[in-house]
Order: sequence, then structure tokens, then C-alpha cells
Amino acid sequence: MTMMGQPDHDRGITEASSGVGTLTRDDFVSDQEVRWCPGCGDYAILAAVQSAMPSLGVPPEKMVWVSGIGCSSRFPYYMNTYGIHGIHGRAPAIATGVATARPDLQVWVVTGDGDGLSIGGNHFIHALRRNVNLKILLFNNQIYGLTKGQYSPTSEKGKVTKSTPFGSLEHPFNPVALALGAEASFVARTIDVERKHLPQIIKRAAEHRGSAFIEIYQNCNIFNDGAFVALTGKEGRSQNRIYLEHGKPIRFGPNDENGVRMTSEGRVEVVKVADVGEDKLLVHDEHRDDPSLAFALARVASGPSQPTPIGVFRDVQRPVYGDGMEHQLRTAAEQQGPGDLERLLGSGDTWTV
Amino acid sequence: MAAQAAPPRAERKELDRVVIRFAGDSGDGMQLTGDRFTSASAIFGNDLATMPDYPAEIRAPAGTLAGVSAFQLHFSDHDILTAGDQPSVLVAMNPAALKANLKDLLPGGLLIVNTDAFEDRNLDKAGYASNPLKDGSLSSYQIYEIPMTTLTVEAVKDSGVSKKEAERAKNMLALGVVSWMYSRPIEPTIAWLEKKFAKKPAIAQSNIAALKAGHAFGETAELSAFEVKPATLAPGTYRRITGNQAMAFGLIAASVQAKLPLFLGSYPITPASDILHELSRHKNFGVRTVQAEDEIAAISMAIGAAFSGHLGVTTTSGPGLDLKSEALGLALSMELPLLVVDIQRGGPSTGLPTKTEQSDLLHAMYGRHGEAPLPIVAPWSPSSCFWAPIEAARIAIRYMTPVIILSDGYLANGAEPWRIPAVSKLPDIQVRFASQPNAGDDFWPFLRDDDTLARPWAIPGTSGLQHRVGGLEKADGTGNISYDADNHQLMTLLRQAKIKAIEEDMEPLEFDADEGAEVLVLGWGSTYGAIGAACRRLRARGKKIGRAHLKHLNPMPKNTRDVLMRFEKVIIPEMNMGQLSKLIRADFLIDAISINKVKGLPFRAAELEQELEKHL
Repeated sequence: MTMMGQPDHDRGITEASSGVGTLTRDDFVSDQEVRWCPGCGDYAILAAVQSAMPSLGVPPEKMVWVSGIGCSSRFPYYMNTYGIHGIHGRAPAIATGVATARPDLQVWVVTGDGDGLSIGGNHFIHALRRNVNLKILLFNNQIYGLTKGQYSPTSEKGKVTKSTPFGSLEHPFNPVALALGAEASFVARTIDVERKHLPQIIKRAAEHRGSAFIEIYQNCNIFNDGAFVALTGKEGRSQNRIYLEHGKPIRFGPNDENGVRMTSEGRVEVVKVADVGEDKLLVHDEHRDDPSLAFALARVASGPSQPTPIGVFRDVQRPVYGDGMEHQLRTAAEQQGPGDLERLLGSGDTWTV
Repeated sequence: MAAQAAPPRAERKELDRVVIRFAGDSGDGMQLTGDRFTSASAIFGNDLATMPDYPAEIRAPAGTLAGVSAFQLHFSDHDILTAGDQPSVLVAMNPAALKANLKDLLPGGLLIVNTDAFEDRNLDKAGYASNPLKDGSLSSYQIYEIPMTTLTVEAVKDSGVSKKEAERAKNMLALGVVSWMYSRPIEPTIAWLEKKFAKKPAIAQSNIAALKAGHAFGETAELSAFEVKPATLAPGTYRRITGNQAMAFGLIAASVQAKLPLFLGSYPITPASDILHELSRHKNFGVRTVQAEDEIAAISMAIGAAFSGHLGVTTTSGPGLDLKSEALGLALSMELPLLVVDIQRGGPSTGLPTKTEQSDLLHAMYGRHGEAPLPIVAPWSPSSCFWAPIEAARIAIRYMTPVIILSDGYLANGAEPWRIPAVSKLPDIQVRFASQPNAGDDFWPFLRDDDTLARPWAIPGTSGLQHRVGGLEKADGTGNISYDADNHQLMTLLRQAKIKAIEEDMEPLEFDADEGAEVLVLGWGSTYGAIGAACRRLRARGKKIGRAHLKHLNPMPKNTRDVLMRFEKVIIPEMNMGQLSKLIRADFLIDAISINKVKGLPFRAAELEQELEKHL
């Protein structure tokens, strides 16, 4: 018997594998007509992702895009890769199966605030906790779009929607804080309209070994238009985006006049640099092992209506689930010898008649 | 005290079979005692069948009726089909065990009790107003009163364990006693104890001392001695196997025969967890097991693995199957091979976690929204749980469909001797991953095979065959999303026709009937043994009867109608309220007669015999 760590890929792969060096954006564009509402933020994200793909050096046949249910979850149909349009909330679990079975693949999850944090919240935190080698893009538009406009677990308290005519009573999730609470090894945030920043963050996530989580603020122009205007509007954009850059003091504002510092109680607050001096500002450290500071940073804004950090909150290395699995398989084969069915069936006490 | 030799054969009374039940507190080690006695009987060469019966609580309050754990073993010098209706021997370690089990002991049966446990407090907890050992209420039984705790403490006093630990070895003393009485060898258990407690030699020694003391007590107290000769089994090498162990081995064998790595996504649930445990031990076969965060994640992971070219499996019991329903529909819609193992237990809801039932059949058939047919196979004995996953994998891969395997708690935990099959005789399972475009330069994931109607299985990594599949309705051929009315009708018909056509590709339904028999007993799953035993009893009395047992519940073998139509009456005993019966009535317009039992326990041969006779 041979050890069966992997399927016999040779049976499935033709020699004409795409040359990695010659990849272009077109290699990642499927023949399907894109069907989101005109003006939807999803178009910009799709364009950014497709433009980032060739630079990753992974051919489309080695990629699997997995989604759940919702507007964002149509994403895999538009990628000329392998893809699964799964069921509501379960994409991280399906993707865990793909990534664990096949460490040779690059696995992406596309989800939304309802799919990923409401019905699928459990799978979301467990995938991050295990540090499965997959990349999760969460399109956060703070609304249920495909079911036509109910509040979501990231909608602000008091939100008036069809299902909350008197205002939502619920305190929203902060997706970045939630991911950090699950001790995700890579956590970032970006915005659909960030044409340069978005592909950069996608690339960073792709290069990260283990679970990578990106929250993408995405405008739903039909049911929640302008939810992020404080960060995307002409004025707000320079005032409220706090770009996180590793190793640099955290400053923001049209003239970098504002900064972020830690108080003596361990809280993070926005200050005027002129009032406190630059040396009192927090210096951003993505690689800090302890997630507490990143968590505090995630909570500097109570929602995207205030100055909000954009960029990589955390990027650390910790054991990857699939690597541990492969190690156990190899060790077992080394110590017990490759699987031998005859020996297995005849194990234990036997007698012959 | 050294183990004494068993008395010469001449002094031993020969029996053709014995049904013995060990009963005690759930912390008394009765399952272990029964298991060791079973192992010794297997090595001795008897045919056997077992039935563990334990509470859902790990340690219910000591001494109470709720906390009684029992293990029944039927061993014989001929082939047997069930774990026995009623024990002829009952070992009761305390008053609660006696009270809970005495009603099953055959009149005149042998009762072996631990007298040390029959003190006021325990009698009170069991609800005895007076001591049954003294009030004459047990006069219709033969009783051996043995102070097991005292004898154990005395026997192990030199092994250096605490009094509490010493007392815990009393199950081994009981095992020693019955081993002597039924001429079972104790050496295998001594070897087993030495290995199990290799790191705790004092515990090993105390248990061995208790075992030997029990054996010696049997002889010196001149207890009755019996002999049950080895059964005549077909030549071959045998081992003892439980249903869950056989299921795990069968899954590995399916993976080896298909040359696909095995991927198990599972969430712990009684009585299925042992399959997860067993598969987790065999990583050298490339078996990946993930203990998922919940039942839904478990099947979702298996779907992801199946999409990626692995043999995806998820194992569960009823409540877990409820949770997996939506994902199972996804696998069916994506037309991916997937094995779902359901070890049925008493329902509804949490129901009776440790008790057996066959009440998930209609759930397996219809428990999904939409028109969602899938194949179902059912093992009928502990060792046939090895066959089921191999057959299920063959169907799943050939027809690109999820398959449900319906086992149950009785099969899962029951043990029997198993003639180890030759690996060279196991069926090959052909896997053909797609490697080329199939529609000009394009790859259409839903372009079906003309013969099987299966779609191609193209796995990630295969250049040029990238495709996307999901739960939305797909256009026939291209697999693109389609809301077209006629296409949905067509796809629904195709999915149905694909499953239905599997009837052409399976063993026909066998039946075994006396010349001129007018009644057919039709069964499925774990009722196989009880039905067989009941028919044997009827035939021994000159009655004419026929029997058949379905291994495939959906689709049923093509000749099922022909078999059923040969008989005037079809009787269907089931551990549910008539689920197969409903299917037979609906599919064949046959006025099937149901015999139903939902007591969390298998049918007894005697009760089935009685019920069947009413219809002869």
C-alpha cells in the first residue's frame, strides 16, 4: 500500500499548466456576466482583486474561491479559478476542508457582514482560531442587501430598516476587533474605493501564511448608501482615515496634525500632535505578538463615522493548521510505516479456524 | 493465590449456548468486564454477539437505578444471530443492578451477586424495602452470593494500592469467577492488563490478583462449571469487531481501493464518536480527521475536501443529521461524492442518546427541502459495517452523489467474530478525474456521462478545467446559473433519474423462503439477526416462512417488487413506527403489515416469533 497524502494529481493535470510568469488580469476573469446593482462597491473590489491576482504568482487553476450566500458571495462566479458558491455562512468551513485537504492550493473566502458574522459567525472565529491557511475578504456594507434591506450585525444601533422601523436595538460587531479576539494572525481593513490600498492589502494577505482577514468597507448604494461617507467623502477622507504604517507613529489629518496615543488606563485615544508631542504617539507595530494593542486600536472608532484606522492591524506568524496536519501524517507514516490495509484488518487479537 | 486449572472436562456440564449479562454501577467497569469476557470467548472460538446497554450520563449517582450499566453477551457452539433475548446468567454488582435487570433473567436462571453491596444504603437507593437476598423473593433463581468487594480487597492487599483502588478491581474478580465457570481462558486478559497499565504496575498487579482470586474462588467454592464448545465457523482468520470499528476500517478500505485520501469532518456525538476516534489513529493511511466546531462545519469541510479530490466523509447521529440537512442538499446539488454516516439513536430531539432505533429512514429519504433524492445503504450486522462504506463509496464516486449510510446504536456498539476478508478480494473503486476540456475548448462541469448520468469530477490544480459550482440551479451541461423554468424541470428529472438508475447496478434482493411459504418478513438494518432467529424458531416448529433483507434502501434493488409479489403477505418489523413500511406501500401498493418497537432496544427473537406467528 502506498501512503496517500495527496490525490494522484498527475491524473488530473495536463502539461499545459499556465506559465506563472505570463499571468495577466484576463487569466482571472471568467466569462460570466457580472450581475451586481450598477454603482455597487463590489465592482471596485472585483476589479482590484483581479488586478492584484497576476502579481501573486499563483496560476488560476491552483486557486479556489469559496463563498456563502449574499451579494458578495456571487464573487467566485466572476473569477476564472476553481470556485464554490456555498450555503449561507458556511464558506469558512468549506474552505477549511479545501485548504486542509490540499495544502498546495491558495484558498480565498468571500463573505459579507450578514453571511460571515451572523449566520456564519461560529465558522468565522473558528477558522481564525485554527489559523487555517485561507484568506477571508469580508465585504462590510452594514446591511442585508440580497434580502432587500434588513439591519445586519454591523449596522449601527438605532438603524431604521424594514425589520427595525423603530430603530435597531442591537450593539454592532466590530469585525476587526472580533477577528483579533479570535487571535487571527493577519487582520487588516481597507475600503472599496481605495484603488491602490486595496490591491496592496490583498497582496499582503496572499503572502501571509495562515488565516488572513480583511474587512472591506463596501458601499451598498441601494440599501445603505453613504454608510462610509465619513471616510470616502471629499472632506472626510483626509480627516478621518488613519493609515496604519508599520514602525511609524500613528498620525492622520490633512496636515498630519492628529495622532493616536495610549492613555495610562490602556485605552487608545485621538489627540492633537501639537498638544502631546510626537514622541507620545503610538508607534504602529504589526508584528507585536500580543494582540491587545491592535485590539485597542481597532476600538479607537466606535464606527466608520469617526476617525478610523485603515491598513494592517496585525501580521504575526503562528502555527498553521494544515502544516500541523501534514506533519502528523508524515510522522505517522515514518513511525508506523505507510498504511497497510491487510495489517490493519488483522490487528488486535485474532484466531484461525 | 495462583490461578487453578479448570476442572477436567468430564466434570463440566456441556451447554450449546449461554446468554450472560454483567450489570453494575456505571463506574463499576461493566463494559470493560463484558468486553474482556467477549474477547476471551472469541479467542476460545465461540460464535458470539454482544449488546452493551449503558446510561447517557457518564457517572450517574452511584447506586441508583439510573446509573446502572449493563453488557450482554451471547456465546455459543453454533452460529447465532442476536445478542440473546433474555440472559440465563446475571451478574449483579449492587442492588440497583439487580433491580434493573432481574425482570429479564430467565426463570430458574443463575444469579451471581456481590453481597458486599447489599447494605442498607444501597438497598434504599435502589428502592428495596427489604434485602432481596434475605426475604425469599429470589427463590425461583439459582443464586451465588459472593462477597466480591471483601475478596478483592483481601486478594490485592500486597499490591500496594489504596483501599479505593483495591475495591475498583472487583469487576476483575467477577470476571475471574465467571471465567472459571464457563472455562474461559484468563491469560489474554492478564496480558491485556499488563499492557494497558504498563505505566502503573501496581494497578495492573491488583487487577490481575483480583482476576486470579475470582478464578480460584470459582474452583474452591465448587461453583457449577460449564463448557460451551467452539463453534464451527468457516475456515479463515477471525477477529472480534464492533460495528463502529468495522465502519472505520471500511472507510479506510474504501479510500485505499479508490486511491483517494480519506477526509473526515466530524463533531463528537453518541453513538458515532468512536468512528472519529478510530479514524484519528490511522494517520499513516493519509487519513485527515478534523474535529469541527459543529455538525454543519463538519459536513461543510467534507464537501470542501470532496471538491478538492478527497473521499469526503462525515459521521454523526440523528440530531447531527438534522443540522447537516442544508449542506447535504448542497453536496447533492453540486453533485459531489460524499459519505454521510448516521448512527441512529432514539429520537426525537436529544431522545435516547445511548439507545438504538431505526427512525431516521424517512429523514434520510426526505429530510431535505426541494426534490433531493440520494442513495441510502444500510449495514445489517456489526461486521457488515465494513461492507457499507465500501459500497457507499463505490456508488458516490461512480454516480457523483452524496450517499447516506444508516447504521444504528445496536450495530455500532455490538460485537461479533469477523472473518477477516482478503484485501485482494475487495472491490476496486474506479476514479476518473476529468483532465481535458469536454465541450470544444471549454469544460462543462454538468455535461453528464451517457451511462451513469454522472457529471465529471474535475479537481483544483487541473489547468483549463476551472469551474464554479454551488447550490443555485445550474444549466444542464454548462453548469452556469440558470433560472429557466424548463431547465429546472429537466435538472430535477435528471437528478432523480441518476439515482433511480443505480438500481441496475447493485446486487439483487435475495430471499430465503420455505417451499409454499405465503408470508415474507422484510427487514433492513440491525433487525437482521432477530428476524433470522425468529424465522429459525418458527421453522423448527414446522412453520413455513420467507425472509428478505434490504441492504439498499434507495434505490431498492430492481427485483424488489418481484420478490414481494411472490408472497401473500409482507410483514415488516422495524424499530420505528413503520417507516420502511410506508415506502413499500407507496412504491409498490402492497398492503404491508408493520411490527413496530421503539423501546431503545432490539427486537427479541421470541417476541418476533410470537408476532409473526399471528400472521402465518
